[in-house]
Amino acid sequence: MDNHTSHIVPYKTYVVILLALLTFTALSILITSYDLGPLAVTAALLFATLKTTLVLLYFMHLKFEQRLFGIMVAVVLVVFIIVMVITFLDYSFR
Amino acid sequence: MSQTAAHTEHFDATASKLGMWLFIFTELLLFGGLFIVYSVFRFNHQSAFHLAAQELDVVLGATNTALLLVSSMTIAMSVSAVQYGHKKFTLFLVSLTILIGLVFLVNKYFEWSLKIQHGLYPGSEVLHGLGNGDTLFFGLYFFMTGLHALHIIVGVSILGWVLARVAHGHIHATHFVHLENGALYWHLVDVIWIFLFPLFYLIT
Repeated sequence: MDNHTSHIVPYKTYVVILLALLTFTALSILITSYDLGPLAVTAALLFATLKTTLVLLYFMHLKFEQRLFGIMVAVVLVVFIIVMVITFLDYSFR
Repeated sequence: MSQTAAHTEHFDATASKLGMWLFIFTELLLFGGLFIVYSVFRFNHQSAFHLAAQELDVVLGATNTALLLVSSMTIAMSVSAVQYGHKKFTLFLVSLTILIGLVFLVNKYFEWSLKIQHGLYPGSEVLHGLGNGDTLFFGLYFFMTGLHALHIIVGVSILGWVLARVAHGHIHATHFVHLENGALYWHLVDVIWIFLFPLFYLIT
């Protein structure tokens, strides 16, 4: 049995997601003209995370795949975040 | 003859896709590790990183970001196109994705040339004179964008192979997991850039 996904994502959906991605990109650039201080990096990363979520869910089809794929991605992201947090716990207190 | 009669094609599209996802996880952790390196060095050299980032061309970076986002859309659309049986449109979309990837590389070439002309490259005298923070920033910049560009080259090659398979009818409406996997790889390359862009160009 080949690809089980009988649901074909319409072209329009992808166009809408692209427009959202381009908008968030523009916003992330515009926000740099305001002095946010230490929040600047957080804001930049928030936009990046938002864009990545859209790419993962729609372009990479996670929203329409079996749940297993989404769970796997979530696990890997959690592992990565844990490594990052532990690294910073180390460096922050040196 | 009896061999082909007895031989049944065992093909599992879901397993194939799972394999690509597992590979993508290794790539995420690879670049993720580099991001952690970047974060630590930035944490230790805040102002140097802040100033060094101003050397980068935001317009060029933003253009490349937009290009990759569009190419992500075109390759995603191609997966729908192949399922609809729109072969010509599929070929067009995959070709367009490849073309955009090549344009990205050309832009990268111009960007790097500008830096190198100004003496900003790993091991240069200029960089040595600027101090540790700048050396780290540009070392990371060239390494991470270089590694990413390498992935673009690989992605373009994979999509080229996929394009040929679609053209010859080996990838079609009921057998397209290789196009899906190629598309997944391309999206990964896009996601990496989605993070590279703000971290190097927007932290001014």
